[in-house]
Amino acid sequence: MAPTHPADSVGMVTPQRAHFDEPFQFANGSVLDRYELVYETYGELNAAADNAVLICHALSGTHHAAGFHESSDKRPGWWDMAIGPGKPIDTRRLFVVCSNNLGCCDGSTGPNTPQPGADKPWGGQFPQPQVRDWVRSQKQLAERLGISRWAAVIGGSLGGMQALQWAVDFPDWVEHCVALAAAPGLAAQNIAFNEIARHAILSDPDWREGDYLAKGTLPARGVALARMVGHLTYMSADGMSDRFGRELREDSFAPDSSNEWVFQVESYLRHQGARFSTQFDANTYVLMTRALDLFDLAQDYGGDLVAAMSQAKARFLVVSFSSDWRFPPQRSVEMRDALLAAEKPVTYANIETDDGHDGFLLPNHTYEQLLREWMRRVGPS
Amino acid sequence: MTRLDLNAVLDWVPEGSKVLDLGCGDGAFLQRLRDERQVTGVGVDIDADNLVAATGKGVDVIQEDINDGLHCFTTNRFDVVVLAHALQELTDPHIALLRMVDIGEEAIVSFPNFGHWSCRLHLGFRGRMPMSKAMPRHWYDTPNIHFCTVEDFEALCSELRIDIIARATVGGFAQGFLGKYWPNLFATSAVYRICRAQS
Repeated sequence: MAPTHPADSVGMVTPQRAHFDEPFQFANGSVLDRYELVYETYGELNAAADNAVLICHALSGTHHAAGFHESSDKRPGWWDMAIGPGKPIDTRRLFVVCSNNLGCCDGSTGPNTPQPGADKPWGGQFPQPQVRDWVRSQKQLAERLGISRWAAVIGGSLGGMQALQWAVDFPDWVEHCVALAAAPGLAAQNIAFNEIARHAILSDPDWREGDYLAKGTLPARGVALARMVGHLTYMSADGMSDRFGRELREDSFAPDSSNEWVFQVESYLRHQGARFSTQFDANTYVLMTRALDLFDLAQDYGGDLVAAMSQAKARFLVVSFSSDWRFPPQRSVEMRDALLAAEKPVTYANIETDDGHDGFLLPNHTYEQLLREWMRRVGPS
Repeated sequence: MTRLDLNAVLDWVPEGSKVLDLGCGDGAFLQRLRDERQVTGVGVDIDADNLVAATGKGVDVIQEDINDGLHCFTTNRFDVVVLAHALQELTDPHIALLRMVDIGEEAIVSFPNFGHWSCRLHLGFRGRMPMSKAMPRHWYDTPNIHFCTVEDFEALCSELRIDIIARATVGGFAQGFLGKYWPNLFATSAVYRICRAQS
């Protein structure tokens, strides 16, 4: 049976794996003797190799940004909305690459892959990556793929920060940079939310100092709670009221129901937490949230964001989402103003939405149109 | 786009200069400045549809409310700051004018002249707020909340210690003799090239 994917879908995709035999040194000094990056590509790299676009994923994202792995997949990749033939990131003319970051749990070398010289996974021993480390490792991957310059580096949330880090660390590599719902560094409140998430995981008795895989346990309760807190901060109060209101779950009033009343929003959060806790590695969650906390674009420039942005040679698109309180518009405005002060070409939009931080992943007419129009300037004309 | 005031603005923008276009709309003028004058430009507009349209023309736009003070721009970053037919829509036109001459070496401002004879006739004889093809909205639903006349504008400039480098008048008889000598009565629109007073 032929798969029946929409015409603007990249269709069936197969993840690929790049093995690197040379050592990788993290910013904190730790070294991996060898490592692997798993990635997907959509579209074709042209002969001049000037149509390559890198997509950077967010905290819990993966290399599977678009298309389907199995014809039975109910859901496509996490940003299928934006990537495909005729979509804003048009795979008819662009070659799109998305890789799973080092330290993640979806195939690239990370806490759940075997630790060399030990007969167990890395677990809590895996080095703490920083955003800049991911940039350097992605550069290795790009060179492997025959790419020496990205027509664009694009990301949302943590991925947006990675895109900015690319533009600042390797100016000659980045022609266009798109930072969606991002920030130049986390504010105290944001770090606090991450700490609550980590605390939930670290205080689960099944955490076992991060060695749970070797010890045959899973800190699922901690991860679920971490995800519930995280998920809550990705939505807006208005968005939640619209979606859940004070509705109770259907069976809450059933006569034989001995249990409590359950509000839809509780049910939803529990479901999200439970689902995530079996799919996502706890060590990765700890490492990713720390990487977020440690991210500071201005760190090498004495805290001067304008000086950092001055390094870049890219044209920028900065987008915030009006009801995002995890990475509020004000943080994007800081980046925008620094780019303007550094005399960099920048387009800035604050998308009107109730979708909160999740807005960068959800359908919105203005957002989609803006991205589509802006992307016309990316790649060979 | 063939709006006459924009032709006058275009004439005053030096080749290759850095331009900020406030209330840039769909970006057509910035596109023209880029193509005909090789300027490096950025626009400011609050409207999302305008932002999308301008982005499609390949120009850069900042989505921002001019009324919020333009804090994103530091002093003297532009050769020219343009405010074409938007002055009358601002909550504090006088503050915006001061910001413009701060941010730019020069500023170019155009606005519809409320002192035009047709406006005067409309108000004088009909006793109602003027409406025309150029001003199609009622007094209560118009975005134009701060209409002024050529003389009002010049008085404000003098009060704000803003120098008028040049004036052009457009519309109707305005390009000719009448508009030149009696702009307050015969210009439908006025265009000013201004800067901060030198002394």
